Amino acid sequence: MKVEQISIFIENKSGRLADVTQTLGDSGINIRALSLADTSDFGILRLIVDKSNQAEKTLKEHGFTVSKTEVIAVEVPDRPAGMASILKILDSGQVNVEYMYAFVERCGGNAVIIFRFDDPEAAIEVLTRNGVHVLEGKQVYNM
Amino acid sequence: MLWNDEFETLPREAIEALQLKRLQQTLARVCATVPFYKQHFANAGITPGMVRTLDDLRRLPFTLKQDMRDNYPYGLFAVPLDQIVRIHASSGTTGKPTVVGYTKRDIDNWAELMARSFVAAGATRGDVIHNAYGYGLFTGGLGAHYGAERLGASVIPMSGGNTQKQMMIMQDFGSSVITCTPSYSLYLAEALKESGIELSSLKLRIGILGAEPWSEEIRVEIERSLGIKAIDIYGLSEIMGPGVAIECIEAQHGLHIWEDHFIPEIIDPESGEVLQDGDRGELVITTITKEGIPLIRYRTRDITRIIAEPCICGRTHRRLERMSGRSDDMLIIRGVNVFPSQIESVLFSMDGVEPHYQLIVDREGTLDTLEVQVEVNEETFSDEIRKLQQLSQSISRSIKDLLGITCKVRLVEPKTIARSEGKAKRVIDRRQQ
Repeated sequence: MKVEQISIFIENKSGRLADVTQTLGDSGINIRALSLADTSDFGILRLIVDKSNQAEKTLKEHGFTVSKTEVIAVEVPDRPAGMASILKILDSGQVNVEYMYAFVERCGGNAVIIFRFDDPEAAIEVLTRNGVHVLEGKQVYNM
Repeated sequence: MLWNDEFETLPREAIEALQLKRLQQTLARVCATVPFYKQHFANAGITPGMVRTLDDLRRLPFTLKQDMRDNYPYGLFAVPLDQIVRIHASSGTTGKPTVVGYTKRDIDNWAELMARSFVAAGATRGDVIHNAYGYGLFTGGLGAHYGAERLGASVIPMSGGNTQKQMMIMQDFGSSVITCTPSYSLYLAEALKESGIELSSLKLRIGILGAEPWSEEIRVEIERSLGIKAIDIYGLSEIMGPGVAIECIEAQHGLHIWEDHFIPEIIDPESGEVLQDGDRGELVITTITKEGIPLIRYRTRDITRIIAEPCICGRTHRRLERMSGRSDDMLIIRGVNVFPSQIESVLFSMDGVEPHYQLIVDREGTLDTLEVQVEVNEETFSDEIRKLQQLSQSISRSIKDLLGITCKVRLVEPKTIARSEGKAKRVIDRRQQ
């Protein structure tokens, strides 16, 4: 039920984001979802790609600092308060969200949101118990 | 193991008697042959005959690096040029370099002291010594080279740079001892790891590292990452070059200064007063066997203290504590004295933090600012901003706790801080610009 996400450390300098994406592009890796968290000095680029092992290897070879994390992809009804209903479920289950971002693709009529939880097992349990569809890694990479 | 059993274990009284005799001879000689010293002593109202005990040394005036520049290039030589067989010069980062000349006997003494130093570091004639100090005007390369030959070891005159080739030769030639700067040894460790070269494929067992100040924490890192014993060696071209003092492998605690050739003193860098054994201050050295360019009470600018207690290795020459910095490397930030080595210690005490760092000192209005740049690595990186901010905050807090100054810690990408293949450039002070 978990999705592999790769995170890359990026200094706040012009061209670095382009360097990362170009490196991935040159290796034929397709980005499925991304989010950039930034501070005044540095940023963290988080990516879900179709081939995460290869992406990690290529980026490391190009001198980037990379880490792999497990995140969870959740299908969210594409209607007003769709997102709120999911967050409410998580809140009632006392699961903390570290961060989240939206997926570029849609899954049927639904939107897909990527969540990073401090306790992913508990999150999956709470979500599935409440009938929320948690996507498999394979489904996400191949979207 | 000792190289020169007799001289390395001379009883204290014998060392001091020899020092006094050689000091008096040196003073008489420089007064007769170096106009600068004749004038320098006359200005201070001193004649060589007034120096009757070693304690009288403190009555003599200091020699400064500026005096060497003022007498550029040969003004301080005590022999005519036809007796000088070699000339070296320091890298003059500001202005002219300082020039030193060696007689045949000076070169011979230097090789002897370097051979003693190699043996103190644990090297033997069976070793393959990979000499990665720069050959040229810099004293490091040739100084170590002659000492290694005197010892009878097999010396590879690598010189600095070209790390790929260094690694190939190390593997193929079976280098067992490496001589280079501590920062280069770390660079090499990193390069070996990147090239996927296993330490077990190397015969490396000892590193004799010097020419820049380093900390105990860096030693631990070097010993771990290269699988060697890392030995601190000290020297400066003005006094001789490498081999003025060295740690013994037995204690790895303090550097024995060869007192039959040099007299060390520790002074307060502000007042010039001589401090007692054990007090930390600036190292002042008088050469007592040099012929080419003898120096009287030369201010090295290096900060250390004398360890007078006997050493377990049996050598009777007193030890200098590892240099904690240079009095001219000392940064004054918002009125606080800061040595780069202190910040280095803080970084090394933190798990996973990279040994590569740079300090940027600047001024905003009238306020000095210090930025510490630290490279992020896989161990310290996190996908959460909060955790990275915690890392920089905890580094900054530790620096504040130890040094009492507030600094900004900037996390930078790996390999973005310049790796030097010679001396590391740790500090960028933009206040002078």
